[in-house]
Amino acid sequence: MSERPAAGALPLEPGTAPAPRRFIIRLEIDPSRKESPWWMTIVSVLLALLFCAVFIAANGKNPWAVYEKMFTGAFTTEFGITETLVKAIPLLLCGLGVSIAYRIAVWNIGAEGQFAAGAIAATAVTVYFPDLPFYASIPLMVLFSIVGGGIWGALTALPKTYFQVNELITSLMLNYVALLLLDYVVFGPWKDPKGFNFPGTPMFTDAESLPVLGDTRLHFGLVFALAAVLLYAFTMRYTRWGYELRLIGANPEAAKNAGIRIKRHIIIVMIVSGALAGLAGMSEVSGVTHRLMYGISPGYGYTAIIVAWIAKLNPFGLVVSSVLFGGLIVGGYSVQTMGLPSSISNMLQGAILFFLIAGNMIAKFRLRRNG
Amino acid sequence: MDLITQLLVAALSSGTPLLFATLGGILIERSGIIQLGAEGLMLMGAVMACLTYIHTGSLTLTLLAVLTVSAALGLIHSFLTVTLRVNQIVSGLAMTLFGTGLSAYLGKPITGTPIPGAVPKLDLDFLDSVPIVGDLFAHLDLLTWFSFLLVIVLHLFIHRTSWGLHLRAIGDNPPTADVMGIPVQLFRYGCIVVGSMLIGLAGADLLLIYSPTWIEGMTAGRGWIAVALIIFARWNPLRAMFCAYFFGVMDTIGFKIQLIGSAIPSYFLKMIPYIVTILVLMFLGYRNRNKPSGSPEALGTPYIREQRF
Repeated sequence: MSERPAAGALPLEPGTAPAPRRFIIRLEIDPSRKESPWWMTIVSVLLALLFCAVFIAANGKNPWAVYEKMFTGAFTTEFGITETLVKAIPLLLCGLGVSIAYRIAVWNIGAEGQFAAGAIAATAVTVYFPDLPFYASIPLMVLFSIVGGGIWGALTALPKTYFQVNELITSLMLNYVALLLLDYVVFGPWKDPKGFNFPGTPMFTDAESLPVLGDTRLHFGLVFALAAVLLYAFTMRYTRWGYELRLIGANPEAAKNAGIRIKRHIIIVMIVSGALAGLAGMSEVSGVTHRLMYGISPGYGYTAIIVAWIAKLNPFGLVVSSVLFGGLIVGGYSVQTMGLPSSISNMLQGAILFFLIAGNMIAKFRLRRNG
Repeated sequence: MDLITQLLVAALSSGTPLLFATLGGILIERSGIIQLGAEGLMLMGAVMACLTYIHTGSLTLTLLAVLTVSAALGLIHSFLTVTLRVNQIVSGLAMTLFGTGLSAYLGKPITGTPIPGAVPKLDLDFLDSVPIVGDLFAHLDLLTWFSFLLVIVLHLFIHRTSWGLHLRAIGDNPPTADVMGIPVQLFRYGCIVVGSMLIGLAGADLLLIYSPTWIEGMTAGRGWIAVALIIFARWNPLRAMFCAYFFGVMDTIGFKIQLIGSAIPSYFLKMIPYIVTILVLMFLGYRNRNKPSGSPEALGTPYIREQRF
């Protein structure tokens, strides 16, 4: 027979068997699918909730009741909603900071330390220049926090550009250094002498505090955060610098050949990234706690990594995801009354990131029949 | 004991968790997969060790639980990075964040419960009279002895066995290894799972021997220091041993300086290991600026058979 026999009807020579087909269906990446569909994010979050339900159930609690409590605690009461927005402010600022770094594949995971550096620098204004009027103290605190966070970002960038040190390790090590520095000042020289040994600075004066909305805790930092979103979106889309960043992100080799100085961009991006996290630190001490104190951040800098990733580094997506994760933190606090630790929100955050990266990848696959 | 001996003893006890984590990381990264989940894996190992030991009191069950849980987490990482081929950096970060959160959640009820003397010690009384060696090795626990053994086994495995040769081939050039008939994906799965078990064991060692009380986030960046140690050690188990003990000294030197009664606030002394990590990496980067880093050449690139882009 000269014709090729149809599959499944192979004529057998005596003593031979057909080659076994190991997999009937095979997964492969479909190159035409660049972006995963939007509903994949929702599916991933739901799967993460389902996954964590196992651990909640193992703790002897009804997962559905826990999730319901988290949701109502964060999104249904006026107090819950403003608290969620208050938590969303630092997440949004830090999230923008890490996003701009991730755009050019600089893996800054040091937002936590840059946040602390900014908070310390802003507090330095209240310690060394007391009794300034608000029109001097607030801008000075903003400036200090941007410089403080920026320096912390630069400390990550310079070893990378000049000594090829992996920025993941540097930025994380600097987190611990910044938090220890914060502990030192609040337990040591800046401790409130009238604070009954509370590890915190004296309360800020009204001139050193950001204005709040009515009698809620929602403060002026929201304006900083939204302004930063618009500035980020504008810079990325309409400026030469933003274009160069997008080019580096898309193809560093081509960018280099086009004469873009990548090292300089890395340093500037890390300074900007640190400055945004530093500003978040300032808005937190000046707007929420009104003092620098021990344990000021419940891990905003780490949550911001997930916030940025879930938004696919899009500034407007970041607004949505930071509110969601702000709600997750508030929800975590509200289930404490059920006898559950608030770290339940950290567990959920990690699980959401896991399912998200898996989901985004699975969406790019297609099933194909072998043969 | 004089100061030098004290430092050596301290280096051994605080360096062993780092050594386990670094060895696990080396095994994983030799197969070409970036491992950044060490912090989360160590925390999960520590919390599992504490939970199982408090509830059962059996060391065997404790180690079994630690190894099972870290193997399961390793399977997740390998499914994501090898089969789904997601970004290995992000998968590692997810592992760290998830492990940190889950361990804090699971460990809340047992925070602060001390668990003394879980691991039996190997008493070699005849060494007591030998000056420095006696102080170091006469009453070491079994996990530390196991870490010595592991260094040798891993070194021989990577450099002296045919499977080790396969492993190096996979890490440097997966397509060639595949053509040679080596099951690349299967090897990577195996390395990630076994390596994750070692990193989990590092967390268990930290909790059972070094500081026997569960505290949220107790690894305090040791997982990340282990990631840096992989680079210092140039992906070599024998070097990893010396690097881990060097960092063991850095970990405790601040505490020693404090005991001597220095005026430097303890917060600054606690910064030493983190700052030294950055400085050593900078020094290595400067010294090796024109040399290859010794990293597996395919590190970080997923292997895709039969596909072109």
